[in-house]
Amino acid sequence: MASEPGGLTEYIQHHLTHLTPHVSKGGFWAVHIDSVTVSLALGVLFCLWFWLHARKATAGVPGKGQAFVEIILEFVDGQVKDVFHGDRRILGPLALTVFIWVFLMNAMDLLPVDLLPYITEKFGIGHFRAVPTADINMTFAMSLTVFVLIIFYSFKAKGFGGYMHELFTAPFGKHPALWIPNFLLNVVELLSKPVSLAMRLFGNMYAGELVFMLIAGLFSAGAGLAGWALYGAGIIGYTVWGIFHILIISIQAFIFMVLTIVYISMAHDHH
Amino acid sequence: MDFNATLIGEMLSFAILIWFCVHFIWPHLNKAIEERQIKIAEGLNAAERAHAELKDADSKVAAEIKQARLQASEIIDKAQQQANQIIEKARGEAVHEINRLKASAQDDIASMAQRARDQLREQVGALAVQGASKIVQREVDASTHKALLDQLAAGL
Repeated sequence: MASEPGGLTEYIQHHLTHLTPHVSKGGFWAVHIDSVTVSLALGVLFCLWFWLHARKATAGVPGKGQAFVEIILEFVDGQVKDVFHGDRRILGPLALTVFIWVFLMNAMDLLPVDLLPYITEKFGIGHFRAVPTADINMTFAMSLTVFVLIIFYSFKAKGFGGYMHELFTAPFGKHPALWIPNFLLNVVELLSKPVSLAMRLFGNMYAGELVFMLIAGLFSAGAGLAGWALYGAGIIGYTVWGIFHILIISIQAFIFMVLTIVYISMAHDHH
Repeated sequence: MDFNATLIGEMLSFAILIWFCVHFIWPHLNKAIEERQIKIAEGLNAAERAHAELKDADSKVAAEIKQARLQASEIIDKAQQQANQIIEKARGEAVHEINRLKASAQDDIASMAQRARDQLREQVGALAVQGASKIVQREVDASTHKALLDQLAAGL
């Protein structure tokens, strides 16, 4: 791979370029068609999958599909129950959606990095990034939605006055001189939630994708016997990283879900 | 961008990854699913069994209550019969006793009347002798006329 640094760099740069319509390329109003398409497709897949099982759900002995869905549902509900002691009718489905959707989007990382771009190129589309969660727009979209929910539930649980009172008097105290420090600290704490949520997921997925690309660079790194040896090493490395990545994508989806639950249940808590 | 053996290498790795999932991840999930199915099936069976047993017990209890009620009414009937018998027996004895007492009282009365009649007869005899002796102004020898007097007394 050292023999062709330009080639690898170009390869990676190519892979890290989103599919965007030419009219809007570069500006704020650019749209990453690939992220939008894949995430929507996976969202629809999730909805259809669970909806079909929910529709056919029986109180008797469940089929394997229903049992699997039930296991996931129970797991997520258990996580919500552990943290949040209120009405779970909104937070439960929210956590389930976050978990499955993020997991499915992360799982796109397991597909060979060149597979979807190869297919799309056949249709004349040059750039295609298959992992929506490796797109910072996607992760921020979700974390900002969670942020809005945090604000919403803070107001809902404490009322406007109560929430304002909390923003200005916690954590240091009620003294008027402490109002500004309290408020600033609360704003920082509040803003750090969506930022950390989005950056953690994005960083993990982006890095994971990058490692896949670097390993994929081994496939065309040399010529002759050395080339074949590197090719073999590439297959092994790619597989090992893929297996390790199964863990990462699950953990990241889980962390995103748990933090969402924690943040929203914190919004319900009174200080 | 040109595609080359890179994609083939990635696909090979992907195939291994799928193999890994099939052998090391899916069986665990499948086991959990099957265990869940078994657990649910067992739970449903147990519930159904318990339901049937409850129904069984209910009908058994109902039958036993019916039996007990039957027995109780039989006992009451028997007790009533016995009471009636006792009353009948007591009444019989009482009637018998009354009859016996009545009979003995009648006997007493009869014997007393007889004695009184006998005494009366003797006194009448004596009076008759006295009266006769007064009429004939002389002593009637009671012993000589005893046979006559007795005859007179028996005639009274």
